[in-house]
Amino acid sequence: MPDEPTTRKTILIDPVTRIEGHAKITLHLDAHGRVADAQLHVTQFRGFEKFCEGRPFTEMPSLMARICGICPVSHLIASAKACDALMAVRIPRAAEKLRRIFGLAQVLQSHALSFFHLSSPDFILGFDSDPARRHIFGVAAESPEIARNGIRLRQFGQQIIERLGGKRIHPAWVVPGGVSEPLSVANRDAILVALPEMLTIAQLTLEWFKGVTENFREEITSFGNFPTLFLGIVKDDGGLTFYDGKIRIVDAGGYVVATGLDPATYNDFLGEKVEPFTYLKSTYYKPKGYPEGIYRVGPLARLNIADRFGTRRADQEMAEFHEIQRTAVLSSFHYHHARLIEILYCVERMQQLLDDPEILSKHVRAIARPNSEEGVGVAEAPRGTLIHHYKIDDHGSMRWANMIIATGHNGLAMNRSILQVARHFVHAERLEEGMLNRVEAVIRAYDPCLSCSTHADGRLALAIQLVAPDGAVIDELRRK
Amino acid sequence: MIRASTIKTLKIDDRDFSARHDETILDVARQNGIFIPKICDLKGLSPVGACRLCLVEVKGSNRLLPACSTLVEEGMEVTTTTERLQRYRRNILELLFTERNHVCSVCVSNGHCELQTLAQKLDITHVHFRYRYPNLDVDASHDRFSVDHNRCILCSRCVRVCDEIEGAHTWDFMGRGIESLVITDLAEPWGTSETCTGCGKCVHVCPTGALFEKGKSVAEMLKRREFLPYLTQMREEHS
Ligand code: SF4
Ligand code: SF4
Ligand code: FES
Repeated sequence: MPDEPTTRKTILIDPVTRIEGHAKITLHLDAHGRVADAQLHVTQFRGFEKFCEGRPFTEMPSLMARICGICPVSHLIASAKACDALMAVRIPRAAEKLRRIFGLAQVLQSHALSFFHLSSPDFILGFDSDPARRHIFGVAAESPEIARNGIRLRQFGQQIIERLGGKRIHPAWVVPGGVSEPLSVANRDAILVALPEMLTIAQLTLEWFKGVTENFREEITSFGNFPTLFLGIVKDDGGLTFYDGKIRIVDAGGYVVATGLDPATYNDFLGEKVEPFTYLKSTYYKPKGYPEGIYRVGPLARLNIADRFGTRRADQEMAEFHEIQRTAVLSSFHYHHARLIEILYCVERMQQLLDDPEILSKHVRAIARPNSEEGVGVAEAPRGTLIHHYKIDDHGSMRWANMIIATGHNGLAMNRSILQVARHFVHAERLEEGMLNRVEAVIRAYDPCLSCSTHADGRLALAIQLVAPDGAVIDELRRK
Repeated sequence: MIRASTIKTLKIDDRDFSARHDETILDVARQNGIFIPKICDLKGLSPVGACRLCLVEVKGSNRLLPACSTLVEEGMEVTTTTERLQRYRRNILELLFTERNHVCSVCVSNGHCELQTLAQKLDITHVHFRYRYPNLDVDASHDRFSVDHNRCILCSRCVRVCDEIEGAHTWDFMGRGIESLVITDLAEPWGTSETCTGCGKCVHVCPTGALFEKGKSVAEMLKRREFLPYLTQMREEHS
């Protein structure tokens, strides 16, 4: 496409390869060809809240798990927890532990996908390498060991989900009140026996990644490296949790801004920023207002807010992680590092849970009718805090549903990160693949699942568009 | 004692069979392991011939006849599977899917549904007709059961079991043709029905996920129908 020399220009990337969802990025250029503004558009409609109306609440977990093929288990868990609240039951302890293992398996497989399949090509082959080779098969050719490890880890997570849930993509095992079936000895042992290998892989990958981080100084300084708040749930003792806890918010200095917030009251402290260019529900911390209330969720946030993991190796890694920066760790590039530590934690924590004989208990489901007209369920999905909020009528039919998903929490920070990275790497005169890849890469660091943030089923699609000051689209990048 | 004249001999798919005069083609086929699709029919309830899935060809008749409600006759020659029959059956099934909203993946009956099973058996991979996407309610007012009209195929099994076996006649139809709905009493919420005894027979005979027990999650609604033939038999013996 021809350049128009005097006008402001915009770049559009479509599709951002290797992320799950559907979105478009517009880069607005000023008269000097510098990036003046960046917008991440999520173009699909929302619809799930509407689908739910009138349906029996017991259908919600499965319905919700279908919002997203990427982390169905997290939706299942948050949804089932909202249903537990509607029934006003405390689920059996074994059921809770089983749900935890299920959730950890999801985090593990999702993180493995994000790190190895989607992002490791950048680390191993380079951000400027040939895009035709810059994928997991390219990695396999260059560093077969790493590719194999990634595939093994992901497979392991998926197999656990399959063992427990029966079906890989949309398991129906997590139900309101607990889980539908107890864990068999055979399944427990099959998971246990694979854990040592997974532990080794997790440790080796971490060591390797820490060794190569040095090569990415430029990316570290420009990939969403700015102060924001961080949000997530922690246990009462401040320990990291994926399953149950209260919301804690930490500022860029690493100081606790708020803690012990009941997730059910999210409306009191989370505001929603409606941007005209996107359907994504982007949230901010109300007491700080907008834009100071921008926060991040997900692996980086969890490491910034939690006091500890509560497992030996992950805790050591956490201490080392905090040496990167005395304050909170600010660059979104470090999401990758945080993700690897969480993989390690998942393996260690599964071991703890499976070693507990109670895990085989046959009491795994509380039966009850709806006893409360409103219920909120929260969980930490791989990508961050996930909230499901339902209201039902006297008969248990859904009247209303709301959801806040990780990608929505991160919406504002992602936008700002795109701007930062684009300012650093994109210059209008030369549209190079490598710089566009960096714009995509910053999005991949957040590992967003854009399909579920817009509550519609969709495949990955993202475009970067270069827009001139007069609004004319002067260049576009789309990859096959 | 059975008199000789009550025994009929007939051919089904070129095989010879004998049957009692009060048996239907479907009965004979069932006893002999010949598959004829059916969905409104249920052993223990009176046949109504509503779904037309069981249509078969009978030599000498230019109409197709429903196997569930056609009695055997001497010398009958029945064909259960032809190109034409398969096409009709598939069309009927596809239409059943388009008339309401069947989302099997979130349905309580997923994996245990007669409609779904038949669709699989007849190799239905996609539907060639336009979906109607009607906007229908779920009545969850009953203490223990719900009816989801989105999954009802109007087979009338619930109506018949409630009337013929339980004797309550809570269920009926309202409206005509494609607009029909099953109703409880005079289209009142099930939960306020004066006639419903809460026996749950309708739930268990319903071939789909339209009637289900509350609290069941996806794929958890297993239906037990063995009670029906026993009940009918016992009643006959006592009357
Ligand atoms: S009733 Fe049967 S066909 Fe209809 S949605 Fe349920 S499982 Fe599918
Ligand atoms: S509710 Fe079930 S049994 Fe009754 S007519 Fe509908 S599909 Fe048939
Ligand atoms: S089974 Fe014969 S018409 Fe329905």
